[in-house]
Amino acid sequence: MTISLVVDIGLALVVLSLALWIIAATTVYRAVIGFIVYGLLLAIVWVRLGAADVALTEAALGGGLTGLLLLGAAARLSHHECVPVFGRPAAGPVVGFRLLVGILCTLIAAGLAAVVLLLPEPAPSLASEVASNLPATGVGNPVTAVLLAYRAIDTLLEAVVLVPAMIGVWSLATDQGWSGRPGFLTPARRTSALTLLAQVLPPVGIVFGIHLFWIGADHPGGKFQAAVVLAAMWALVLLAGLREPPRVGSPPLRLAVVVGPLVFIGIGVSGIWLADAFLAYPAGYAKPMILAIEAVLTLSITVALVFLLAGPPAADRSADGRR
Amino acid sequence: MPLYPLVSGLLTGLVDLGGTLLVIPLMLPVTGLLLILAIGGRYAGRIVLALLPLGLAAAAAVVAAVWETGDALSYQLGGWTPRLGVALKADGLSAVLLLTSAIVILAVGVYAQRPFRVPQGLSETRTSLVFWLLFCGVWGGLNLVFVSQDLFNLFVALELLTFSAVPLVSLDGRGETIAAALRYLLFALLGSVLYLLGAVLFYGTYGTLDIALLADQIARVNPLPAAVIAAAALMTAGLLAKTALFPLHLWLPPAHAGAPPAASALLSALVVKASFFLILRIWFDLMPVLLTQMGAQVLGALGVAAILYGGLLALRQGRLKLLVAYSTLAQLGYLFLVFPLAIGPGAARSASLVAAPGVLTGGMLQLVSHAFAKAAMFMAAGMIAAALGQDQIRKLAGIGRALPITVLAFGIGGLALTGLLPSGAYLAKTLLDGAAAESGQWWWSLAMQAGGLLTAAYLIRVFYHALSGFGEPPVLRARPARYQELVVLGLALCSILLGLLPSAMLALPELGRVAAVVTETP
Amino acid sequence: MNGATLFGLCGAGLIGLGLYGLICHPGALRKVLAFNLIGSGVFLLFGAIARRGGGVLSSAGTGIDSDPVPQALVITGLVVAFAATAIAVALLLRLAETTGRTTLDPNGSDPAPPAGRKEA
Repeated sequence: MTISLVVDIGLALVVLSLALWIIAATTVYRAVIGFIVYGLLLAIVWVRLGAADVALTEAALGGGLTGLLLLGAAARLSHHECVPVFGRPAAGPVVGFRLLVGILCTLIAAGLAAVVLLLPEPAPSLASEVASNLPATGVGNPVTAVLLAYRAIDTLLEAVVLVPAMIGVWSLATDQGWSGRPGFLTPARRTSALTLLAQVLPPVGIVFGIHLFWIGADHPGGKFQAAVVLAAMWALVLLAGLREPPRVGSPPLRLAVVVGPLVFIGIGVSGIWLADAFLAYPAGYAKPMILAIEAVLTLSITVALVFLLAGPPAADRSADGRR
Repeated sequence: MPLYPLVSGLLTGLVDLGGTLLVIPLMLPVTGLLLILAIGGRYAGRIVLALLPLGLAAAAAVVAAVWETGDALSYQLGGWTPRLGVALKADGLSAVLLLTSAIVILAVGVYAQRPFRVPQGLSETRTSLVFWLLFCGVWGGLNLVFVSQDLFNLFVALELLTFSAVPLVSLDGRGETIAAALRYLLFALLGSVLYLLGAVLFYGTYGTLDIALLADQIARVNPLPAAVIAAAALMTAGLLAKTALFPLHLWLPPAHAGAPPAASALLSALVVKASFFLILRIWFDLMPVLLTQMGAQVLGALGVAAILYGGLLALRQGRLKLLVAYSTLAQLGYLFLVFPLAIGPGAARSASLVAAPGVLTGGMLQLVSHAFAKAAMFMAAGMIAAALGQDQIRKLAGIGRALPITVLAFGIGGLALTGLLPSGAYLAKTLLDGAAAESGQWWWSLAMQAGGLLTAAYLIRVFYHALSGFGEPPVLRARPARYQELVVLGLALCSILLGLLPSAMLALPELGRVAAVVTETP
Repeated sequence: MNGATLFGLCGAGLIGLGLYGLICHPGALRKVLAFNLIGSGVFLLFGAIARRGGGVLSSAGTGIDSDPVPQALVITGLVVAFAATAIAVALLLRLAETTGRTTLDPNGSDPAPPAGRKEA
């Protein structure tokens, strides 16, 4: 029983107990706080699993942005309800049903655990093929090679999927509110601490984000992580009230969202003539093309993430603060 | 300029592209989606209208290519090997569905020009931008599901479909439709995550996510490892939640009835069929040995439950759109009968699955025929509801005289569903009945007869009310446009005339598929 | 038992817990939290598989100690899960604004007839 295994066991136990807390917490607020901590701990688990890129993404997106989204939701729900967010939850299904579902879920978890223990040895893997084809892609980070070379279609589609999601969020506006500004990230009240943070942190964050994008070609990092950091900085500025949320009709921002996938498709189509297949790169030009795609995609994903966080547009407030 | 040489020249050019042709159905809707967002709301409907014929041409070219060569069309994206990269493949099954969805999407796209146009003086409306953008999203997601060969790529396709379909349900902003959309989203997300878990277990066992490579490895193994059985069960369960098979059907009726008519047509006719298509892929292509197991009988039993439950509840509905939505539930049940019927005659259980060829064709005929008929019925029901201001079945009196073409379209669609000659459903039932008789499983035929009776019953109820009313014609709040009525009528006619296809064409769903040798596990 | 298998078991446990939460909690926001839990459990399972796949190579000194393909897929999955959460949150907040409810009606109320002002 080595030290690292002890650490791993400890981590796994803490993660499981946090998950139990999230499910068993009496109020939504506590569950969401638990979820944020859970996200950050999962990032450490990913480091232990040797996946630094995933750890970065989980910490920023899974813990950070998702936590922000859910915390905001929990706070807004407390305005509307029948069930106070800080109080007792609504009555759920009867105890018998819960017991039945509990037994079912335990069985499923046990079955999956058995499957995990019975997975074949030696483990099948594509790592060797990725490694041997890496020089052809020109990048040093194998995860970037998978994302932008071998399985570029998945990355393209994932950037495209963000657009209907964003539109779906926008669609929940009222017809009158369509021309307004999104309302989820508006500040409740300005505090000096938040304002200071929002003035000091974003420049550092932006530089860090751009750095993450640049080194992603050869080291852990890349456009997803960079985009999440940039989106978080923008969200911070909005939350502190230093800037207003952008209108959904804004042409430059709409163009920013589509330019990434469009450039990607353009390069992919040109690959049919230059390199014999859709989404193939001509020999020797792979790395510059990959960097170009990553740059525009970083922009698009940043804007899309901010719009996803910012919520549906709401009618502009009149001068005295009423809608 | 003469039209026929132009069209045939275009088709020949497309077919000559070979595998690269498959990129077009994929990228056309996606590019449309991005252009609509960039260029803005006024032109959204017109951009889509321009792209629709190109999509139809591409789908027709795929069918022509598969038909000519008798083999599937394949393409490696990025030029990487199958283990490392993602492959696209269109066999006969995919080709049929690509063409069906292209036709339905064309009809819906034309129909929806009117309700979602931007009025003069406005640069954009919420409903217009959202609808057309999500329309392209649904179209792109469908095409990707039909041609992709990679399990994770299919997961992304399913998510694209979900994200595009859910906001369409809540488009009108009422509380009930928002609740319906949220319930749909939760079911769909549960389905996606179970599907992904299954894909993860497949990777963990074989180190690849390509369907052909996995099928190859699984076929050589006997007995199946626990991880593979668990993966198949999880993926099937997840996809069943998305297809709304009984008992995971709760989300479908409010969602399909609450969406705007054009969106309901897309949802009922095509979106639920995409997840069913994936279940077919998993059971027929990935792991055909599953068909000899109890699982196939369970799926068939659930299908029967859906047929009876959907049919009985449809009888009780007071609103037209809800009746049509419950009818979808029932019709989806028919599709699941292909699983128990796919086994050949009982004595030859270890024979190749090609011993029961009519089953897959029958299932496809049912699917295509239902897609055309249901889309026509939802759009017709939408026009009726808009004209009368409500869609209570009891208050439909006189609508038959006021909107004859619309009611005719609805009626033809309904008759096509009941299996009237020469509709596709009639042919489908004949083929499935034949397979049931051959394999000695007569109880499935009984279920199909019962379903047919229920369908006829609830349709007669609608016809009775719609065609009655000899007094004053009802006051119409809005008349549908002539072109809308004709498009819907055309779609309904497609469904009822499907059975007139030359019988040689019925071999299309079987083309390009490797005949699997199924041995029963001890 | 090594670290990868351990975290795989952890993932299995998370999936079970999340499923329980998704089915049993009445509130929509709790269901969304539970869905995120299931998702992270599935990704963790994938990560464990990735680690098992890389172990052979790290000893061979290729510098890759975890299979990159599952890592890339998990990153894509994380972004998709975030988008799904965003839509779900927007829907449930709008539901609360419009109807005052924070739970989905367990009887699945059917939508009322349309106002009838819109055209077909």
